[in-house]
Amino acid sequence: MSYKKRFDKRELDQTRPMEAKAGVIDRADGSAYFKIGNTEAYVAVYGPRNLHPRFLQDPEKGVLRVNYNMMPFSGSGERVRPGLSRRSREISMVTKNALLLTLDLKEFPNSVVDVFVELPQTDAGTRCAGICAASMALADAGIPMKEMVSAVSVGRVDDKIVVDLGYAEEAYEDGPVADVPIAVLSRSQKFSLLQMDGEISKDDLKKGLEMGRKACKEIHELQRKALKDKYSTGDKK
Amino acid sequence: MGKLIIKEKEVVVPGDDLAEGMDYLPGNGTYRDGEKIVASKLGLASVDGRAVKIIALSGQYSPKRGDTVIGKVIDVTINGWRFEINCAYSSMLSMKDATSQFIQRGADLTQYYNIGEWVTATITNVTSQKLIDLTMKGPGLRKLVGGRIIKVSPSKVPRIIGKMGSMVTMIKTQTNCRITVGQNGLIWLQGEPKDEILAAETIKKIESESHISGLTEKIEAFLKQKTK
Repeated sequence: MSYKKRFDKRELDQTRPMEAKAGVIDRADGSAYFKIGNTEAYVAVYGPRNLHPRFLQDPEKGVLRVNYNMMPFSGSGERVRPGLSRRSREISMVTKNALLLTLDLKEFPNSVVDVFVELPQTDAGTRCAGICAASMALADAGIPMKEMVSAVSVGRVDDKIVVDLGYAEEAYEDGPVADVPIAVLSRSQKFSLLQMDGEISKDDLKKGLEMGRKACKEIHELQRKALKDKYSTGDKK
Repeated sequence: MGKLIIKEKEVVVPGDDLAEGMDYLPGNGTYRDGEKIVASKLGLASVDGRAVKIIALSGQYSPKRGDTVIGKVIDVTINGWRFEINCAYSSMLSMKDATSQFIQRGADLTQYYNIGEWVTATITNVTSQKLIDLTMKGPGLRKLVGGRIIKVSPSKVPRIIGKMGSMVTMIKTQTNCRITVGQNGLIWLQGEPKDEILAAETIKKIESESHISGLTEKIEAFLKQKTK
């Protein structure tokens, strides 16, 4: 009962302030930027392009490769060791799976679409920010997809069900915490990512997921607006 | 009776509803989900009779039969040449489609087109596995000697060519350059070095301002001022 008000005075179902932009990297085929609170993600998409080594090629459909990377200075003090880690490989994989559900890569047999997720600043919810930006960048790259993907984390801090946990909430020490990152497809409202860290009851989880869906709707509107803005006012630059 | 949800030439995002009802048909870049037609690509929505389609605003070149493209020789094989045409797949030009000259059996093919050389060619066939065949038999298809190649976004190519080639003709006459525009977003320019630079600059300008209406007049004024 001690966690009454959120640390940054948000409502329980309110996300941190968000910002989205499409087409931020000129030389990439598609790119996007997504910021939620202090977590920032840049995504560049390259391809479809030739895939080597050849044994990775799939003659039936294109391959999606995702690379998630936290920059060395991005954390809250400790240097993040550059390069692959167990954590970054896992997040690359779940991001790939979250996006692959809506992508239609049948038109690009034997080729690859590369997605690079770079995080210059992090404060919890990085995989969600990465997925939001990646979905926009893929659309910007002109890759056919059935719908957009939006992601946010939901969870529990002490006895409260909250949306979009910040790092301070994830690290809350005076009670149990659960962090559940989710990704929601914009049309079918299906979940394409559901992970959990901590413990939460079934009813609380259901309640959290519904709150997450609502937040994702908001994020989806923002993603749409960013993409439309890029093309309505003209081109990049 | 079906109804249209979007306006003509509106920017749509994947997952947006475009039209409702079975009397509309899903065209390029769209799919049907129950009663609705939904966008699967980012672009401008466009209604063509009963079909709803999307004009892509971004993305890589996707090879189509009949397109004239500019390509670079990347390999010489036993019966032809392999070309790189600015997309995910390479394409083949076979010996019999390459030239009207007689090629002796066992001749060294590099004397016709050598690795690193540029040509214009037409796509004759694209298979489901994206094996692309080219031909160089046709008007204006030839080896590109000298000059320079610049790259633009393939979705901007129609704008650079203009209605009935008006834009590209104007650049040609104003800059005294020879210009060939490939559908794949590669453009070949040849002329005096300073003319080439001006032509390249003009094309880049068209690419970045392609959404402005009355672009032809604007570019004309730009060229007049620069060539003065």
